[in-house]
Amino acid sequence: MEKIISTSCLDKNIGECTESLKAKLEGKDGKRAVVVCGGTGCIANNSMDIEEELRKEIAAHGLQDRVSINHVGCFGFCSQGPFVKIFPEDTLYRAVKVSDVKAIVEKDLMGGEICENLLYVDPTTKEKVQRQDDINFYKKQIRIALHGCSLINPDLLEEALGYDGFKGLKRALTTMTPQEVIDEVLASGIRGRGGGGFPTGRKWRFAANIKADQKYVVCNGDEGDPGAFMDRSILEGNPFEVIEGMMIAGYAFGASEGYFYVRAEYPIAVARLQRAIEDMEKVGLLGDNILGTDFSFRAHIRLGAGAFVCGEETALLNSIEGKRGMPRPRPPFPAIKGLWGKPTCVNNVETLAQIPFILREGAAKFASIGTEGSKGTKVFALGGKVNNVGLVEVPMGTTLRELIYDIGGGIPGGKKFKAIQTGGPSGGCLTEKDLDTPIDYDTLVARGSMMGSGGAIVMDEDNCAVDVAHFYMSFICDESCGKCSPCRIGTKRLYEMLTDVTQGKGTEKTLDDMKELATVIKQGSLCALGQTAANPILSTMNNFPEEYRAHVVDKKCPAHVCKKLMAYIIDPVKCVGCTLCARNCPVSCIKPTDIPAKPMIPGKPMPGKFAHAIDQSKCIKCGSCLSGCRFGAIEKK
Amino acid sequence: MENVEMIDIKIEGKIYSVPKNLTVLEAARLCGYNIPTLCYWNHGKNSLASCRVCLVEIATARGGRLFASCVYPVADCPADKGFEIKISSPMAVKARRASVELLLSNHSKDCQTCVKNGHCELLHVASVTGARDNVFEGERTATTYDECAPGIIRDTSKCILCGRCIERCKEAQGIGILGFEKRGFNTIVGPAQNASFAKVPCLQCGQCINVCPTGALAEHREIDLVDKAMAEGKYVVVQTAPAVRAAIAEEFGHKIGEQNGTGRMVAALHRLGFYRVYDTNFGADLTIMEEATELLHRIKGEGVLPQITSCSPGWINYMEFFYSDLIPNVSTCKSPHEMEGAIIKSYMAKAHGLKPEDIFVVSIMPCTAKKYEADRKQNAAVNGLPDVDAVLTTRELAVMIKRAGILWDALPEEEFDQDLLGQYTGAGAIFGVTGGVMEAALRTAYHALTGEEYGPIEFHEVRGLEAVKEASFNIAGKEIKVAVTSGMKNAKALLDDIRAGKSEYAFIEIMCCPGGCINGGGQPFVKPSIQTNEDPDILDTYRQKRAKVLYDIDKGLPVRQSHNNPDIIKLYKDFLGEPCSELAEELLHTTYVKDRPCYIKDED
Repeated sequence: MEKIISTSCLDKNIGECTESLKAKLEGKDGKRAVVVCGGTGCIANNSMDIEEELRKEIAAHGLQDRVSINHVGCFGFCSQGPFVKIFPEDTLYRAVKVSDVKAIVEKDLMGGEICENLLYVDPTTKEKVQRQDDINFYKKQIRIALHGCSLINPDLLEEALGYDGFKGLKRALTTMTPQEVIDEVLASGIRGRGGGGFPTGRKWRFAANIKADQKYVVCNGDEGDPGAFMDRSILEGNPFEVIEGMMIAGYAFGASEGYFYVRAEYPIAVARLQRAIEDMEKVGLLGDNILGTDFSFRAHIRLGAGAFVCGEETALLNSIEGKRGMPRPRPPFPAIKGLWGKPTCVNNVETLAQIPFILREGAAKFASIGTEGSKGTKVFALGGKVNNVGLVEVPMGTTLRELIYDIGGGIPGGKKFKAIQTGGPSGGCLTEKDLDTPIDYDTLVARGSMMGSGGAIVMDEDNCAVDVAHFYMSFICDESCGKCSPCRIGTKRLYEMLTDVTQGKGTEKTLDDMKELATVIKQGSLCALGQTAANPILSTMNNFPEEYRAHVVDKKCPAHVCKKLMAYIIDPVKCVGCTLCARNCPVSCIKPTDIPAKPMIPGKPMPGKFAHAIDQSKCIKCGSCLSGCRFGAIEKK
Repeated sequence: MENVEMIDIKIEGKIYSVPKNLTVLEAARLCGYNIPTLCYWNHGKNSLASCRVCLVEIATARGGRLFASCVYPVADCPADKGFEIKISSPMAVKARRASVELLLSNHSKDCQTCVKNGHCELLHVASVTGARDNVFEGERTATTYDECAPGIIRDTSKCILCGRCIERCKEAQGIGILGFEKRGFNTIVGPAQNASFAKVPCLQCGQCINVCPTGALAEHREIDLVDKAMAEGKYVVVQTAPAVRAAIAEEFGHKIGEQNGTGRMVAALHRLGFYRVYDTNFGADLTIMEEATELLHRIKGEGVLPQITSCSPGWINYMEFFYSDLIPNVSTCKSPHEMEGAIIKSYMAKAHGLKPEDIFVVSIMPCTAKKYEADRKQNAAVNGLPDVDAVLTTRELAVMIKRAGILWDALPEEEFDQDLLGQYTGAGAIFGVTGGVMEAALRTAYHALTGEEYGPIEFHEVRGLEAVKEASFNIAGKEIKVAVTSGMKNAKALLDDIRAGKSEYAFIEIMCCPGGCINGGGQPFVKPSIQTNEDPDILDTYRQKRAKVLYDIDKGLPVRQSHNNPDIIKLYKDFLGEPCSELAEELLHTTYVKDRPCYIKDED
């Protein structure tokens, strides 16, 4: 591509690229366009092999001139991947295997016939759905942050230019002053998507008001919440959009350098981002005097080594500086004194990804989506006990019920919904009474949780609230940076107390002590991660007090999860004495009793067959007896 | 406090006007509140805000939140914006107590036998916050106990991760031997990879020990060696470094700089049963004779310039680790106590009719690096015997005095033993402070070059605590440029200049510890939170106060130039011949090791 050194140059390129992308998707170039999901999840399921195989098959059939093949970013519906999509018919194939490629090429691409067996089947209506937009999972979604993901090839600047790329930047650079850009972002009402929900425009304004020879924009891509992968998918699906957002930020508050801090565990995102930066440098979209203006900007990538705490902005800045990732006390805030002591705004990937939309479409359009206090859309990583696991982008104000049941397709196996954990380990859980709450920053906090980066883990009746809190506490203990004493030692002590509760060693006093210590950790820790470290405990204690009491008073785990507080019991009335459980038992603790077994055929006793029983003193609670029993004779108690 | 902008802050409902550049903790001190803290250091510049023992509530109309007062600027909580600092609010009091209780729950509680017994800041904050016993008992972080290094012992079971030592090492020596490692509950402080102090280029300066609030860092005690030598009937000769007398009285409740402890210290040493009690000042005078002569030789063209002093073993360690290409610049003189040890085992042994093997020399030093220096095989001049057999810090001497039941304030003032090595001069006394060696050398060099004494005696240009002091003297028509520095972070620039061939100096004095030996790693602890009788700004002023003791001693002595010490003159006349004679070279000079490995090698 030639250098894009002026607005007219950019306009020309945008025009051409838009035309050719449109032609490709609508088949006007006389070709069928095949795209394969190139997100991490699908790649792990061999989608790159599928792409390779497609190329081979197409070459073998001499279709190179009639079919184009590209990989694209994440489709979001990860539990159904890998995806292959065919334009212009807009046919979406799901759970594609390498062995399906032959059929796709021969039947669909050559024969014009749809491969029915690869279509999505609606679990309720049992109907096959051909088009992506007709799948319930996608119906309520609006893609702003995920703009272009699963549509454009993230390795090609041309495709980004053809799909609204750099229109926002152009408007900002050529028609607006930096102050006007900040005003526009303020007017949009966008709040930080990384967790805290601080208004992005205000953050920029702080930094804009400081005079300094150098300022920095830092993009926080250190996504550490267990189960969260929105930042990764955005970077993998449309890195150009995030760079554009970063450049707009830089223009707005006067930064000429930007740092992407991305986890080293995201090699695909890093590679695509790196390539995007290089390609933009080549054509002059990054560097000096961008689009012929006075604005110059350079972007760099720094890799994080996978410490949860480095998602905390001051720890992240330390890490970029090459220091140990430990939070700094605030004040001074990074906007005043950040990276290398210079004014710095740290914005999350998703925040920066939404900035181009605001500049391109206008603040009013963004602000028209969402609720009073939370504008625009939010990407959630929906997981846990829900049918449709994946990445969803919904307007703020969507209710939990819509998220879990309409988009998520409900709970598997018809189980009862128990809670949804939002905000990752720092968040809290919301229960049935909150199902019709519109999700936004303020309602979640008011209900004892938080938005966080957008993790949403659904739990059903089989999950034990204490066990869930125990899991999150163990995560937090591992991930505490070790700097301040309430977090370093306090979370360990909380974890120990919680372990006591799960093992039946807790008392009601333990619960009181836990609450007290949790409050101290919340009030006394240095950084936001420490201050929220006790949230999983406080939230589950508030929502499920009776479950905690059952653990310490009755010494029972109502969900039968905590191993020390539950037992596998063989009902002698139902046991037919088949001995399968005894043979499966890894510690040989199941033995026959002297109770005659239940006859297989009613009325026909089976001499020599006896009901079995488990020796509880030896049982390791592995559950293999229960999963093997064909007569429903074993239960958890 | 002039020229500092003031700001009004509100503490517990009352308005106070305080300098705007302070932290809440410091401002509160001015207003009559002592907020407990552990990690606070250096006016909050080096505080990590990690211990959370200084939490206070900073309240606005929207409610109160807890902040670490050690780093929170008063500029960010002005009274006129509605901020109020609440030190005794229930939330703050409870949080401070909980922080201490949590620290105690992961702390080895062998307080009775801990080397910091009586000096422990954790115990202090436990007392003032009302920490309860065993409220948060649980697992303890795995312990590393490292006693392999010659000077310093590290016991992580007592470490509270305040990070002061990390900052101190960086700030004083610029090498950052210590750091945090691992994370969460497993976090510990230590050399990289949790290596032993003996396997890293640690200077053994002991600055980390001095700032450690607990017993996690301590010196290697050698009192047992002395006891054993005494029990074996050896002739145990003791010598004391100049800086020790400037600080020893602090161990017995005296304010810093209040008492010149020389007389009582000597009296105590006599009562402890030493065969002879000598002053290392004599060794210092001897060092000046040798070192000034060496300098004159170099100025005449025999050897390279600048010449750098060699009295400070921490500096010698640093040089051998990082700048051993500069060995030709470093004076070959042994440090004063090593010289004195060699003289004791040769000159004194002969005069007293003793076998050198039967003599045991103990040095009382303000220093932990001296413990390593005494072990160097290059410092064994007489029959391969170490010049010095044991090195005790000022703190260890205090332990010996206390365990003997000696009441410091009841002691008379006594004189050092006045045979052979008894006399000393003011020039020797000021060796214990940065600039002192330079000044002592200049007094003697002036005499050597001009044949007259320098009229004003004192060279004030090289005194003071600035990072680098420079001066130029015209002596007998010769322009002599000198520089003085302390702390390896400060020394580095001078050394880089020499390496680059850009140094203009003839003579450079380098001491390892910032401020010199008065601030050595073996000196009494300066802990304002415990030493309540000290001035509030003691951490900024203790070095000047101790230095003043030495300068006052110098002023009060009849002889103030090393070359005028009658015992030195006699030593050269009767025994050594002249400075840098063959015998002097053999006994009083040493060699250095290029690219020295650390204290022990991996295979050891």
